[in-house]
Amino acid sequence: MSQARSFPSGGVCPPERKSATASLPIRKACVPAEALLPLRQHAGQAARCLVRIGESVEEGMPIGRAAGPLSADVHASIPGVVRQLREIRLADGTASPAVLIALEGEFIRTGRARRPLDWKSLSRGELLQRVEAGGVVDLNGVPAAARLRGAGPARLLVVNGVESEPYLTGDQRLLVEKAAEVLSGAAIAAFILGAGTVQVGVEANKPEALRAAAEAAAGFGFEVIALEARYPQGEERLLVQSLAGQRVGGRLEESDFVVLDVGTLQAIHEAVTLELPQIERVVTVAGAAIRHPANLKARLGTPVSALLEECGLEDPARVIAGGPMRGFALSSLDTPLTKGMNGILALSRREILPAVRTACIGCGRCAEACPWGLRPAELYKWLEHGETAAARSRGLEACTECGCCAFVCPARIPLLQGLSAGKREGAA
Amino acid sequence: MSQPAPHLHQGPTTRGIMLAAAACLAPAATWGALALGPSALRVLAVAVGASLAVELAIGLSAWRRCTLGDGSALLTGLLVGLSLPAYAPLFVPAVAAAFAVAVVKASFGGLGRNWMNPALGGRLFVTFSWPVLLAVRPRPASGWLRLPAGLADGSLLGGSGTLGLVSTLLLALGGAYLLARRIAAWEIPAAFAAAFALTVWAFGGLPAGDGLFRGDLPAALASGGFALAALFMATDPVTSPQGRAARLAFGAGCGVLSFLLRVYGLRPEAPFLAVALMNMFVPLLERLSAWRGGR
Repeated sequence: MSQARSFPSGGVCPPERKSATASLPIRKACVPAEALLPLRQHAGQAARCLVRIGESVEEGMPIGRAAGPLSADVHASIPGVVRQLREIRLADGTASPAVLIALEGEFIRTGRARRPLDWKSLSRGELLQRVEAGGVVDLNGVPAAARLRGAGPARLLVVNGVESEPYLTGDQRLLVEKAAEVLSGAAIAAFILGAGTVQVGVEANKPEALRAAAEAAAGFGFEVIALEARYPQGEERLLVQSLAGQRVGGRLEESDFVVLDVGTLQAIHEAVTLELPQIERVVTVAGAAIRHPANLKARLGTPVSALLEECGLEDPARVIAGGPMRGFALSSLDTPLTKGMNGILALSRREILPAVRTACIGCGRCAEACPWGLRPAELYKWLEHGETAAARSRGLEACTECGCCAFVCPARIPLLQGLSAGKREGAA
Repeated sequence: MSQPAPHLHQGPTTRGIMLAAAACLAPAATWGALALGPSALRVLAVAVGASLAVELAIGLSAWRRCTLGDGSALLTGLLVGLSLPAYAPLFVPAVAAAFAVAVVKASFGGLGRNWMNPALGGRLFVTFSWPVLLAVRPRPASGWLRLPAGLADGSLLGGSGTLGLVSTLLLALGGAYLLARRIAAWEIPAAFAAAFALTVWAFGGLPAGDGLFRGDLPAALASGGFALAALFMATDPVTSPQGRAARLAFGAGCGVLSFLLRVYGLRPEAPFLAVALMNMFVPLLERLSAWRGGR
């Protein structure tokens, strides 16, 4: 490892603010009295509901069946009785049907040691089937099975241990504590994909995670690579560019690169070797309005309010699901923990530094920060005038919604919001 | 409606940028007032006061909000005041500032939508409206500081049309801070100064019959509003292009035009007019350097 690798231009260096949780071991969160499980915790359509009100469910039992591509199974995260089926708002503001389970009965999986299976005895198809049955979904909402099915054999599997969002340390802790499981997941994924090379990318500012990854990787023959700590280093296309030194043209899904984050890989490991579905996830609870910041391994469907309470909440200016760069400000703390929610941040006014929005002063900071060399302010103006086609012809589709532009905007123009809306409009 | 991401921000705000530029003008303004006395202070005060008053009036009547908070009116007022001679009758800074804010900026929709730097527009408006009043003439010695003739004569708001060593240095110091903080883009003043110095040095001696490469460089660099125009007016983000190449071209254009206009008459105001002319080319420069990347 000589110099930390990186993508060629743009990006920003936000304050890290990881020290509060970076050295705290992941601990189990309290099991909630009620779990509210959305049937859509993935990019595709909501899963088809498999349960009725009043029905008893066991821990880990499927309650939703994948419906179409980019959809995934949903499992009961606690044993109990189905109390309600209703429409709820997810963190991103969209609606999803959800199943409310009230805790009752016995935990059949938790606390019972199981012997991990040697996955090498399984065929590619059987492995893929287990990943699918585990309902594993990655941080972008893409089901892991969809990633692994792929178009053809992949050349490079990238283990995304970057976590360049401020505050978040869950992936870093997973690498420190469970690198072997993460890399076992990577080995399974690489086998399914037929990927010849596996590279583990970790930012250079996380030496402990780098060391743990390097120790575990030796046994697998994987390469661990230190990357420059620069947001959005964890963005898939940029990560491939940083590691392979090659810009991906067209859709990443159709390229011969596959990127999976460490949390997803550990979930793949558990789904395959323990037949354990994804019913928990590691979530960083932090921010100045949190008394005891923590990395919690919590049951999906746990209300955000319960997790905040567990860590001690005091007078937040804003509560965010996800990281501060791309996460969503929550309008309700009843919002449940979902598969893609890697952080719950309660921020004070001093952390947010609110400022008055003004007109664009044309300073060009957004263009300098854009890792794709776009001119976000110009695109925003086109979109503001309804000229979606003009914005598309100026590269709108290359935008990966990292938010660097809005992060540096002196006029506080909601560039990220505007550009994502424009992209959705263009796609429709 | 919940707050959109990102939830953190970095770097200056619009107000921060405007106030930093204003603060960087403060040393030169203080020096001018000390060296030239109450008349200079009155010019500055009237320019700033008129700028703020007009901004407030238009904001409240047209947009139903107070827009003084963005700091741009304060900066405009200071720039107008500093670019005028100290002996100017007080209606001149008032008219210049009012024209700058009301016509050059507000009539196009306010901050961010004007195509010419407001202070420049105001300054040029009074230049062409009352050329005789503003013509170069001896400065009345009335400063608070007892300065050797050479130093005082060269103050920013002085009558001789030259900036002088101290004011130029103070402006350069303020400008350097803006460049170091990356509030102003370095490409513009760099190209501006290089092009101006090169043309002056190469061709500046010709009108006097001195031949090539005999121009009077120090006099030219200290003349009129060169430092003010290069560091504080041409770098106005609203009216200058984005992108390195476009900024270098913009700055170079300002430099060459400054030289030409200086040779053909307008001694102190040449750089102002040059920047105003180049402001017109900004959309063209932006288009030439538009995004050409692919997916």
